[in-house]
Amino acid sequence: MKLDAQIPAGPLALKWDRRRFEMKLVNPANKRKFDVIVVGTGLAGAAAAASLAELGYKVQAFCYQDSPRRAHSIAAQGGINAAKNYQNDGDSIHRLFYDTIKGGDFRAREANVHRLAQLSVNIIDQCVAQGVPFAREYGGLLANRSFGGAQVSRTFYARGQTGQQLLLGAYQALCRQIGLGSVTIFPRTEMLDLVLVNGHAKGIVTRSLVTGEITAHAADAVILATGGYSNVFYLSTNAKGCNVTASWRAYKKGAAFANPCYTQIHPTCIPVSGDHQSKLTLMSESLRNDGRVWVPKKKGDTRPPREIPEDQRDYFLERKYPSFGNLAPRDISSRAAKEVCDEGRGVGPGGLGVYLDFADAIQRIGEAGMRERYGNLFDMYEKITGENAYQRPMRIYPALHYTMGGLWVDYDLMSNVPGLFVLGEANFSDHGANRLGASALMQGLADGYFVAPYTLGHYFATAKQPKPRSDQTEFKKAAADMQELTRKLLAINGKRTVNSFHKELGAMMWEKCGMARNEKGLKELLAQIPVLREDFWKNVKVAGQNEELNQSLEHAGRVADFLEFAELLAQDALHRRESCGGHFRTEYQTEDGEAKRDDENFAYVAAWEYAGPGRAAILNKEPLIYEEVHMSTRSYK
Amino acid sequence: MNLTLKVWRQKDARTEGRLVTYQAPNVMPDMSFLEMLDVLNEDLIAKGEEPIAFDSDCREGICGTCSMIINGLAHGGMRGTTVCQLHMRHFRDGETIVIEPWRARAFPVLKDLITDRSAFDRIIQAGGFVSVNTGGAPDANALPIGRIEADTAMDAAACIGCGACVAACKNASAMLFVAAKVSHLAALPQGQIEREQRVLGMVKAMDEAGFGNCTVTGSCEAVCPKEISLDFIARLNREYGKAILKNTFPPAGKGGD
Ligand SMILES: Cc1cc2nc3c(=O)[nH]c(=O)nc-3n(C[C@H](O)[C@H](O)[C@H](O)COP(=O)(O)OP(=O)(O)OC[C@H]3O[C@@H](n4cnc5c(N)ncnc54)[C@H](O)[C@@H]3O)c2cc1C
Ligand code: FES
Repeated sequence: MKLDAQIPAGPLALKWDRRRFEMKLVNPANKRKFDVIVVGTGLAGAAAAASLAELGYKVQAFCYQDSPRRAHSIAAQGGINAAKNYQNDGDSIHRLFYDTIKGGDFRAREANVHRLAQLSVNIIDQCVAQGVPFAREYGGLLANRSFGGAQVSRTFYARGQTGQQLLLGAYQALCRQIGLGSVTIFPRTEMLDLVLVNGHAKGIVTRSLVTGEITAHAADAVILATGGYSNVFYLSTNAKGCNVTASWRAYKKGAAFANPCYTQIHPTCIPVSGDHQSKLTLMSESLRNDGRVWVPKKKGDTRPPREIPEDQRDYFLERKYPSFGNLAPRDISSRAAKEVCDEGRGVGPGGLGVYLDFADAIQRIGEAGMRERYGNLFDMYEKITGENAYQRPMRIYPALHYTMGGLWVDYDLMSNVPGLFVLGEANFSDHGANRLGASALMQGLADGYFVAPYTLGHYFATAKQPKPRSDQTEFKKAAADMQELTRKLLAINGKRTVNSFHKELGAMMWEKCGMARNEKGLKELLAQIPVLREDFWKNVKVAGQNEELNQSLEHAGRVADFLEFAELLAQDALHRRESCGGHFRTEYQTEDGEAKRDDENFAYVAAWEYAGPGRAAILNKEPLIYEEVHMSTRSYK
Repeated sequence: MNLTLKVWRQKDARTEGRLVTYQAPNVMPDMSFLEMLDVLNEDLIAKGEEPIAFDSDCREGICGTCSMIINGLAHGGMRGTTVCQLHMRHFRDGETIVIEPWRARAFPVLKDLITDRSAFDRIIQAGGFVSVNTGGAPDANALPIGRIEADTAMDAAACIGCGACVAACKNASAMLFVAAKVSHLAALPQGQIEREQRVLGMVKAMDEAGFGNCTVTGSCEAVCPKEISLDFIARLNREYGKAILKNTFPPAGKGGD
């Protein structure tokens, strides 16, 4: 497989300008002749669909929820980064670029990350123009807060609902285009397959989640903005419906999957309460601005937290990382929490929790001050746990949160399949091996508002492919294949529910491929997954029929894909014999337990290529060449 | 604890539905309401019965997908709480719980507890936006906005579009939903230019979708999981009144064509 990242020549800061100048354009009158399919209406998809329609393209947009406004982006709480330097605290495009590269543990592409930092400033302007109600100072200017992994205040926010407000901005822009007739929207519609004609992406096959109808749709290009795959671990902070299906089926049609083992575990989530647990809830990272993380020094100390005297507490983040303290990056904080729990010092049910204590902050700014800053989070915590965090420390534990890996894309965000573009969390492009807080929203919107609208035009102007029709054989065959797959799932009629398989897969992934990984565990996992998958295809029980609203069937299709994808994730984790960012291999650590990278052998993007059923995926490498930044050891001590 | 559930079962939009009784044994107080239903559904599937279809996604009270009436109250009636955030510790052992879908002409039932709320999207499409294309926006700080305006806008913008307001209203009115969006944009300088068109367009779309009239009973505010204030409905009425007046009696020289 040929992987050409198409990175423009010239100095880093001028690459995007240069690329925009080199790109071929589609003249305005011709734009309406091109149809674009956008799968996903989160920040990336909604922004792209609206912007492309504004330019004159004819867009069809798809999502599995009942309304595009409910995409998972809605759940983002904390904020969005931008190098505005409104606080006059020394921020700049270059600093945001550098923080992101370093935060990603030197496993991201320089050119993409620099463009992201450049576009960050336009995003805030665009969102304000749409009426996004960002937090403001008394003088009327925009307010900022700090996030992990940065020493400047560059995070813009709308109370604890930043993702919601940004998504509503994009959704409203999308609605405007739907009203104007330039976007056709297909809610409650799931993409099941990608259709290629002459090797170019020319359409998709979908299933209506209301009627079960399987339909082929043709277009001149396809954009996937279908989000991340955290739910391969079953329990995560993602919405229940988040899945890998669109990406995975595109992979099986030839799109390379990059760095699947780069998964992010968020340190501050509410711990599991029992076997019935269906998802995990994030407590925003912003809490670490005022909370102190600790566990008892003594193993198995079950006294109530307030009865444990100061000198018998271990504030382990402050102890280990004095200069960043409780604001150490996510991967580092999560691992530190796991370590103390593994030592038997965890708190709460099963010893799987650490305290996040606000007593000092409450003493400093009072309960009312805390309520103003974090009221909604404390309320949410109380709803879920029944505990009052003003009176006793929160219990938190790390959980799967975000996936840096995704479909491989070039600088134009086009995959190796011509005409298939991948945006937002679904691609692998900007966060390397670890993402910094408040950078996913930024990336989704940069991709959707400011990159794809240009690069898609270049593809149209240069590819010159004939217009596809959905009654061509390629489409008919793909639709028939999907009908057959659905039929197969329904025909098994075994003894185990879909959810029980999903749970079992999640548990083994978390145990052997979660916060810490090693060769032995990964090899065991690689032996276990195929056994579970085989059992699934023999023994799963899917209720109901195809020709109806059938949630059991929807879930079955997604779990079937997770069961295949999990193996690729584990294989990637096994092959990467180094520790970097969210990927921690216990065999590769420094004496004091920090991640040990191996730049000599692993400074590349691992892009996996589908080799056919039952065959091992083929590894392709895109070397990471750093022209501007010196690859250093990440230190937050 | 052990509970008795009476759940609305309806095969599809065309078939009539009815309440069916189920036992939910061993419910843990730490379960969410939806997790309690998940566990029941696992049992039903294992027994070869059809699981209960209900909508949910984020399960943290922000996406607005979950939607059901519990004992006659939208989202179960806990202040500021969506049903996905409602936990079983608020119920008593031995209790009987009645679970139904949103009931409104504009939200037809698709199956069991799932309804079609696309009417809300159509209302937004009729004007719930600021018409700015991507690109060319001025610097964000070029437009200072007072904290009061910004806070009012945010209070209104917090609406999650779940439809509980409609479900709770005896007239199935969508006024609180429309009021929230109209007020959000009317509070900000960015929303001024299209202020009148917006409110006229959205109210028209609301009427066309078959929502009822508002008689200001306040039941919408009481169940709103985001506690959107009834004051916004008063604002909507003012906005609408002003827009109607201006458009019925347009300034001299502009009328008559
Ligand atoms: C709880 C939480 C808090 C977060 N907080 C922050 C934060 O403060 N700051 C930050 O920067 N990031 C945050 N993130 C991360 C960030 O929210 C996501 O990475 C980002 O929103 C992803 O956007 P997206 O557009 O790529 O995908 P999504 O928003 O996940 O959208 C995916 C879309 O694809 C559709 N879709 C998926 N599969 C299919 C299919 N097969 N067929 C049809 N449609 C499909 C869905 O319907 C949906 O419309 C947070 C994440 C979580 C979970
Ligand atoms: S499932 Fe998202 S609000 Fe309840």
